[in-house]
Amino acid sequence: MSKTVDINEQHVTRVEGHGNIRVRASDGAVEQVEWQVPEAPRFFEAMVRGRDYQDIQTIVSRICGICSVTHSLAAIKAIEAAMGISVSEQTDKLRILTHYGEQLESHSLHVGYLVAPDLLGVNSVLPLVESHPDVVKTIIRIHRLGNDWMELLGGRRTHPVTLRPGGFGKLPRESELKKLRNDLENIIPDLKTVAQVIGDLAPKLPAFNRDTEYISLLNEGEYSFYHGRIASTDTEETKDVDEFESVVNEYVSPQSTAKWTRWHRDAYAVGALARFNLNAEELKPLAKETAQNLGLTQGCCNPFMNNVAQVVECVQVVEHGIELLDDVLSQGIEEEVPAPKPAPGTGVGCVEAPRGILFHKYSFDEHGVCQGGNICIPTNQNHANIQKDFESFVPQIIDRDQEEVRLLLEMLVRSYDPCISCSTHYLNVDFV
Amino acid sequence: MDKPTVGIFDFACCEGCQLQIVNMEEELLDLVSVINPVQWREGSSDKAERVDIAIVEGSITRAEDEEHAHDIRSRAGIVIAIGACATFGGVNKLKNNFDLAEVKQYVYGDSARMHHLNTQPTKGINEVIHVDYNIQGCPMNEKEFSYAVRCLAKGVEPVIPNHPVCVECKMRGNVCRYEYNEICLGPLTRAGCNAPCPTGGFWCFGCRGWVDNPNTDAARDIMDYYGLTVEQLKGKMRLFNSKQEHTDE
Ligand code: SF4
Ligand code: SF4
Ligand code: SF4
Repeated sequence: MSKTVDINEQHVTRVEGHGNIRVRASDGAVEQVEWQVPEAPRFFEAMVRGRDYQDIQTIVSRICGICSVTHSLAAIKAIEAAMGISVSEQTDKLRILTHYGEQLESHSLHVGYLVAPDLLGVNSVLPLVESHPDVVKTIIRIHRLGNDWMELLGGRRTHPVTLRPGGFGKLPRESELKKLRNDLENIIPDLKTVAQVIGDLAPKLPAFNRDTEYISLLNEGEYSFYHGRIASTDTEETKDVDEFESVVNEYVSPQSTAKWTRWHRDAYAVGALARFNLNAEELKPLAKETAQNLGLTQGCCNPFMNNVAQVVECVQVVEHGIELLDDVLSQGIEEEVPAPKPAPGTGVGCVEAPRGILFHKYSFDEHGVCQGGNICIPTNQNHANIQKDFESFVPQIIDRDQEEVRLLLEMLVRSYDPCISCSTHYLNVDFV
Repeated sequence: MDKPTVGIFDFACCEGCQLQIVNMEEELLDLVSVINPVQWREGSSDKAERVDIAIVEGSITRAEDEEHAHDIRSRAGIVIAIGACATFGGVNKLKNNFDLAEVKQYVYGDSARMHHLNTQPTKGINEVIHVDYNIQGCPMNEKEFSYAVRCLAKGVEPVIPNHPVCVECKMRGNVCRYEYNEICLGPLTRAGCNAPCPTGGFWCFGCRGWVDNPNTDAARDIMDYYGLTVEQLKGKMRLFNSKQEHTDE
């Protein structure tokens, strides 16, 4: 790569890609590599001011369609923490179940529709309909179940409506939960098939390792998505979610409209691999077995293995989902109507989104009117780490063909499953 | 007739409407039998010079987005805006109720003056370019989307409802949210979604925009009847319909 090549026109680069990669190299030596995030900022934290506390989850759910359950739940937890609202055990379990539906939907979309085509050497899922019809059908079945799961509990597939401060605006019927339990049981063979397919393709994932700090929730006795404290692979010490601002240490980078983060080092990673690295002992038996079969072990520092960790988590949420459903069904659904009372205060809500740990914080006055907020999303927490991965990965591959370099870098970004490009199958890579 | 070529483009939004396209699952494969997707970040890495139908998601919030929208318009036969962000600005327009410099300062603090963080008042796509067809909702309803695209692919004008959400809500047998002392925008909002929000124990927040000529007098009467104020109603209306016709009347 001794010559200077401009792959994309500037205006296309700026507006059509939500994430751009810029590589400058001469005579095989990498001079500069930059991960740029020029996505249009939307200012949610400012927009929630002056809104009633009952409107907040409806607004912030719109930060991300594919994480809308997680955003709703994080906001509701923050509101409840601010106002001292407590919820029943039933509400807690049903919320976790709703959240699991989103994990399954999001992970299966990413692994099935975006990563599998990479590994099978095609540009999108559409050619796979012809070449691998059974795999595509299996993935569609899993993806649809994730959607149906969210629809049953959240009232619809994207931007849930049943989740409210204090509880559920509408509760599912026991017969519906029984059917869901059955559907989860029946999807296990499909999950095994996908694990097998990904296992067969996993050797194609680049063997790239970079010692990394991983951050996720940690809660005694469970593989946690919803409860617990903030933990890091760099330290034994955990922090209360209320202290998240001293973990994320947000700063503005000239490369990005999204704020970047750092804790013990200049970057850290969040997501399925982070959760796996911190919670793996707590996996349910089948999920544990899946990890073993896929060669995923705790302490893994290969960002490409995040995709594999997502497969393991699909199994985990189905397995634990069945347990939770049995538990809820054994007690029977109790009719309860949320009756929150607004109160002044500030609160933090933390939930593990499919893409990693998510924080929401809001303040309210005595009428429940929002005074301000701070939201820190997982994709932004990964940006600095993607940059660090690039700096280490690009020199290892720079002597390869330019198209191959482009594909590998795109795959690296995609492995983080960034929501700025949850649908990006084509990033702009600029070689200059 | 050749299958019409289709491109999908997005601006500031949550990409939840594109997600509804993916959520069509097999139905999407079926739709692909009548259209030819040529540019979709998700569907294909190809880039097309011209498309018969451009599907546009998201709001315009920057000068460069306006330029890009004009570029899409010049390359497209029909432009379809999908979802509230695109059709009228939706939740993104909440920003327009504030002073923009203050909004930037609030989110980015001392860094707010950095050039790349520039923002303009939010606009729907139709405020920048001519839009031939709008698919409402936040998110849009994938059935309505599929129906409209099929119609347009055949050169037929799709028909969308112009009655209020209340009609669909009553058909679903819901207890009215006003009985819970909540403000619901169903009486003013265009139906077509099958009222998922009141059915899910929440109020309608007007994500599909208002019906043509909404009956604002009746809305006032409802407020009176339930001891609520028009100010409270307007507050709810601003959530998805800030700076829209009827919202501040
Ligand atoms: S209209 Fe709603 S669902 Fe669609 S992109 Fe905008 S915020 Fe997302
Ligand atoms: S709940 Fe809303 S949509 Fe349903 S009837 Fe009442 S006002 Fe109309
Ligand atoms: S009920 Fe109202 S808020 Fe809900 S989807 Fe329909 S129009 Fe939108």
